[in-house]
Amino acid sequence: MDLFLSSVEILARWDVVLALLVGSVGGVLIGAIPGVGPAVAIAILLPATFSMQPIVGLTVLLGIYGSSMYGGSIPAVLINTPGTAVNALTTYDGYPMTVRGEPRRALSLAYSASFFGGIFSVICLILFAPVLAKVAPLFGSREIFLAALLGIILVIVAHRGQSLIAGSLAAFGIFIQTIGLEPVKYSKRFTFDQAFLSGGIDLIVVVLGLFALSQAFVLLTSDDEKIRITRLRGGLFQGLRELSRHPRVATVSATFGVLMGMIPGVGEFTAQFLSYTYAQKTSKRPQDFGHGSSEGLIASETANNAVPAAAMVPLLALGIPGEALTAMMLSVFYVHNVVPGPALFQKHMDFIIALYLALLILNVLVLLFLLVATRPLISVVKIPNKFLGITVLTLSFVGVYSLRNSVTDCIIAAIFGIVGYILKRLSLPIVPIILGMVLGNIMEVKLRAGMARVNEPFDFIDRPVAMILFLVIVGVLVIHVRQVWLDRKALKEAEWQTKFRSTRFGAFLSRRRNSLLRARGRKVKARHSTSYRRSTDRS
Amino acid sequence: MTTERERRFPGPRRGQLIFAVVFVLFSAFLLSQVPSETRWVAKTGFFAQPRFWPATGIGAMFVLGALYLIKLPWHRFQAADWIEARKWASALEYAAWFMGYVFVVPIVGYLPTTMVFVPALAWRLGYRSRKMILISIAFAIVTVIIFKSFLSVKIPGGMLYEYLPGAIRSFFILNL
Repeated sequence: MDLFLSSVEILARWDVVLALLVGSVGGVLIGAIPGVGPAVAIAILLPATFSMQPIVGLTVLLGIYGSSMYGGSIPAVLINTPGTAVNALTTYDGYPMTVRGEPRRALSLAYSASFFGGIFSVICLILFAPVLAKVAPLFGSREIFLAALLGIILVIVAHRGQSLIAGSLAAFGIFIQTIGLEPVKYSKRFTFDQAFLSGGIDLIVVVLGLFALSQAFVLLTSDDEKIRITRLRGGLFQGLRELSRHPRVATVSATFGVLMGMIPGVGEFTAQFLSYTYAQKTSKRPQDFGHGSSEGLIASETANNAVPAAAMVPLLALGIPGEALTAMMLSVFYVHNVVPGPALFQKHMDFIIALYLALLILNVLVLLFLLVATRPLISVVKIPNKFLGITVLTLSFVGVYSLRNSVTDCIIAAIFGIVGYILKRLSLPIVPIILGMVLGNIMEVKLRAGMARVNEPFDFIDRPVAMILFLVIVGVLVIHVRQVWLDRKALKEAEWQTKFRSTRFGAFLSRRRNSLLRARGRKVKARHSTSYRRSTDRS
Repeated sequence: MTTERERRFPGPRRGQLIFAVVFVLFSAFLLSQVPSETRWVAKTGFFAQPRFWPATGIGAMFVLGALYLIKLPWHRFQAADWIEARKWASALEYAAWFMGYVFVVPIVGYLPTTMVFVPALAWRLGYRSRKMILISIAFAIVTVIIFKSFLSVKIPGGMLYEYLPGAIRSFFILNL
């Protein structure tokens, strides 16, 4: 109880309350504008939060992270365009509902599902925090190194079909963080005798370039689209009632969100995929999925909103960010000399609980705001792309220049902006670069410290947690290699079929006849088996 | 005809080959610089060497980048690749606008530069109605007030502000 009261005390300040309001409303607005995701907004606001106290700065950033997905469902449902990348699955069932004249029901259900996911994950993590506080001290240098290595491997293998380029981009990130003066032996690394490279390349400059500037370039070089929005009539309160009719789908999806959010490098997409597949497989009407199924909408929105709170676990407990947004938040801790990790859990548990309480309040604020203000909010979807590009470019300047008032930083950010633009045009992943930078730095420091007390290679994994992490790494690699091998086999089979299948009209007719005969055979067999069952039932 | 391998490739074809080739060449160049740009320190463990992590990063960049290049379904440049490269170059114009903005702010000041930069870029992009220009100016003013006056982000006052009379001068340097 004392812990809870001291956490409430941390939050009971006017600047934290203001941060909660700004974060929640700002996040919803940013999420509702297709083309500006939470990553862009967080990257721009990051330097501005450095002058704030950690709890205030983190509340703003967490607010944007947690509430942007609520806002992202608005364009996903109304115009079939996801507001943020993780709302893509919402379009599958949300937009068909709008097409058949139920936009109000779809939005209301999306908000309610998001709210349930958010609240469920925060409650889970508040209850889970004491366990984490006991587990976190078991992580020494070696364990944190292995956890960071696992994080980077998971990020790479999560990009299925693109793991080679994801791996090389993560390695690029590892290389970037080594540029400058090495802190232990004081030797220069890849500075090419240039003074501006001696201090290294700042993570925030790279983040702003890769996320904000590149997005500005994407918007500035794209065309404006005419958007027609369906008018909303009536209230939005019916969703909670409808959600209560699907408690199983909502709970399982939220659980997937919590579990996937806690694993570094996995995140919203896997959580959504698992919960959507589960909902479809266990539904009484699986054929409705993708055509306006309320269960599908609940599964996707609950799962993605359960992730933000869970994603804070590896960051707070071990100091290891699992994805780009928490990697950005890590810099807020560093600026204030607060090192997230086991010590934070032991010494400042009230701070951790305060962060989770802030997320809890935030979810309530966002839901209330959306229930009241959705109708006027819809108009932000209409902002033209190019004008949006101008605003992102102007705001990016604030982010980069206010860091150190350095023109060199701006040049580096512009270069990374172009790199990010090229990667986005080619649909190649950007996140591995950022995680490579952050986790590369952690791995370098922790491996050096961990190896200092190691005589033989096996000593590195002689502690239980280290051994478990090592086995998980080996397991992930084995599963990935097996998956690559299976994909390769499937590709070879498909290639063989296209290569050796005759394209003659006669052969086509013959194949068609065989296929029809097989279908007919199956039908007859099914009928016979049904008759057989019936006869047994009667007896 | 599109092959199965091409059909299964995640992402567009245009520009992939150029990117992969440039990436591998860049990593090969960095790899060649490892001996001169990093140091091997005597009496220091292998994993604590200043050379270890740059070499690991660049080595992985090169090997994985080369494998990506080899595994690409296309190994010949097409006209679409060069059209895509021109598209990449088109972003340079906006990078130049950004850098121009960066260079002018410390001289003219944050508020005046932003009030010119935003409408000028809007004009360049085809927003020429009075309404859009006014919205651009309003956006510029609101941005400066929120970030410089309210959030007090570190953006220095313009050199031109020095010529303003006493009280206004310090107000402009601190807030606009």
